[in-house]
Amino acid sequence: MSVATEQGSEQQATGVERMTYREALRLALREELARDERVFIMGEEVGVFEGSYKVTAGLMAEFGEDRVRDTPISEEGFVGAGVGAAMLGERPIVEIMTINFLLVAMDQVINHAAKIGAMFGGEVRCPLVIRTPNGAGNQLTAQHSQSFDGWFAGTPGLKVVAPANPADAKGLLKSAVRDEDPVLVIENLPIYKEKGDVPLDPEFVTPIGRAAVPREGSDITIVTHGFATVRALHVAEELASEHDVSAEVVDLRSLRPLDMETVAASVAKTNRALCVEEGWPSYGVTAELAARISKACFDDLDAPVERVGMAEVPLPYAKNLETAAMPNEDRIAAAALSVLA
Amino acid sequence: MAVASHTDLLAMYEQMLLIRVFETEAERQYKAARIGGYCHLSSGQEATCVGVIEAMQEDDLLVTGYRSHGFALARGTSPEAVMAELFGRRDGCAHGRGGSMHLLDTDRGYYGGWGIVGGQLPLATGLALALVRQGRQQAVVCELGDGAVNMGAWHESLNLAALWKLPVVFLIVNNKYGMGTSVERASAESDLYKRASAFRMHGEPVDGDDLEAVIEASGRLLERAREQREPAVLEALTYRYRGHSVADAGLAYRTKDEITERQERDPLLRTAAALREAGSTTEELREIDERVEERVQACVEFASNSPEPDVDALAWAMYAQGSDEQFARMRPGSAFGEEDLVFDGGLGK
Repeated sequence: MSVATEQGSEQQATGVERMTYREALRLALREELARDERVFIMGEEVGVFEGSYKVTAGLMAEFGEDRVRDTPISEEGFVGAGVGAAMLGERPIVEIMTINFLLVAMDQVINHAAKIGAMFGGEVRCPLVIRTPNGAGNQLTAQHSQSFDGWFAGTPGLKVVAPANPADAKGLLKSAVRDEDPVLVIENLPIYKEKGDVPLDPEFVTPIGRAAVPREGSDITIVTHGFATVRALHVAEELASEHDVSAEVVDLRSLRPLDMETVAASVAKTNRALCVEEGWPSYGVTAELAARISKACFDDLDAPVERVGMAEVPLPYAKNLETAAMPNEDRIAAAALSVLA
Repeated sequence: MAVASHTDLLAMYEQMLLIRVFETEAERQYKAARIGGYCHLSSGQEATCVGVIEAMQEDDLLVTGYRSHGFALARGTSPEAVMAELFGRRDGCAHGRGGSMHLLDTDRGYYGGWGIVGGQLPLATGLALALVRQGRQQAVVCELGDGAVNMGAWHESLNLAALWKLPVVFLIVNNKYGMGTSVERASAESDLYKRASAFRMHGEPVDGDDLEAVIEASGRLLERAREQREPAVLEALTYRYRGHSVADAGLAYRTKDEITERQERDPLLRTAAALREAGSTTEELREIDERVEERVQACVEFASNSPEPDVDALAWAMYAQGSDEQFARMRPGSAFGEEDLVFDGGLGK
């Protein structure tokens, strides 16, 4: 395989390149558009405007208006159009500006896309990708600062992935595009600008259903995903330098399927678990993790499983209130120390 | 107006009769508790089902709402497979996973009966978009009830279809009631086809009980869709004799007189009259009658004999083949059935 460079020449893509999470997503989109004619992008402002968060910048110019298709503000309409096109063998990638707006298309995601394989007895499939950022932290207030990861991950029929770094942003998005089932790719606004090494091989993919251990440790396991992984890694450094605590960080990467093997193996080693998420913890991803860890690791645990998430309020505007509500590093560190106490 | 030959008309009459007799039998089987869930019957709407399907080409696509038996049967889906689906059996067209509301037959371009009012409209635009992307000169018929025009999905889908010039004919089956609420009590503009104009789209009404009128109108609109990528709304004015579903007696919101009056201009009677006028004998029509009765009894027989789905395949095809590797690590500590996931591997294929 080869890719077109910025100069337009063809060369073998090897090695890694340092780029932002946003650029890694764009690279994945460009590679998949080039690889497979059935792939097309659809969403609000993805084309002429070059993406609300510039993920799709340049792609309409490169691939045309059919492959990179601007839509009206009609989430239910165009998510459903993605479902229908996928049923007929296309590979639509639908961008939703933020996960908050996916709620108006919930019927198409939950009642339609997620049901197709089972409800029709395997007679038709729905290889649809929806990618959307969640997250808080920019004073966007109650309607634009939410994380519904657990809602979607709790729905049989969907697959849900949440990359936490640029390499996985590329690798998981590519896996999603190549998957035969509907996959929700949950991105995160604050990490669009984070940089990391990204493999340039166009066949590089991150497998769905495999967690990563970006930091090894022996005293406590912090299980997390998405932007909370970035926070957890900072906290782990702080715990090491200030408290002489060795924290292991498990980045789930996939929420459904969930890689419990990696989680359980880590907890078996550290005997303590802290689960962290950006969303509200009640009935959330961390609730699911705590239940599963309690069962799978009952004999290993030296302390109750602890959780940190968003304060259970609609997110306020004032900066100090927003900061206090978020699963910030101080709260994560405090929770980790309480598990170790 | 003769748009169909005598032979074609005879075949269509047989299909209409098949739907009527099938639905009558489905109601009987429902009341005998051999069919469960919701069961929405098409009795009275046969000319619309058969007429629209007659106008479709073999490779045109179809999606419908949940009152779907008539469309599946008209499209040529095996009535045995439809009855087996209603019975929840392995040989059902969705292998017992869908039931009455979720029939399908992808071999005949039927991409499903859908159970959420209006939910199939966005899907239909997507199917049409895929046809356009694939350079296929085919059209999509998207059936919906009169109640669905008040959903946001109607507005969004018609706008997209018009904006992107998608080959879809939105077929409103106006049977006068969305459950028990009449069109007049639900829609500020009760001439539903006129709503197409908001999208600069063509819309027109048709007598949905007049078989030949339905064929003519839907044929014309499908041709525009196929050849000029012009979407349209066709409002078929018809009537359902039974309640909203088998569980509804259908008399709280309308009178017996109204039903009787509609039955006097029954689409089957009208088609039979047209056939007699064209030379069909009573004997000929009686033979059709007997053949249909026999076929429907064979459907019941087939459905009764079809095995129940395998409980070990509870999660059958929820995820595609190849997903087992992805789910392999979900199991530790799980009591939630992940170890029982069954991936698509060719059931019924």
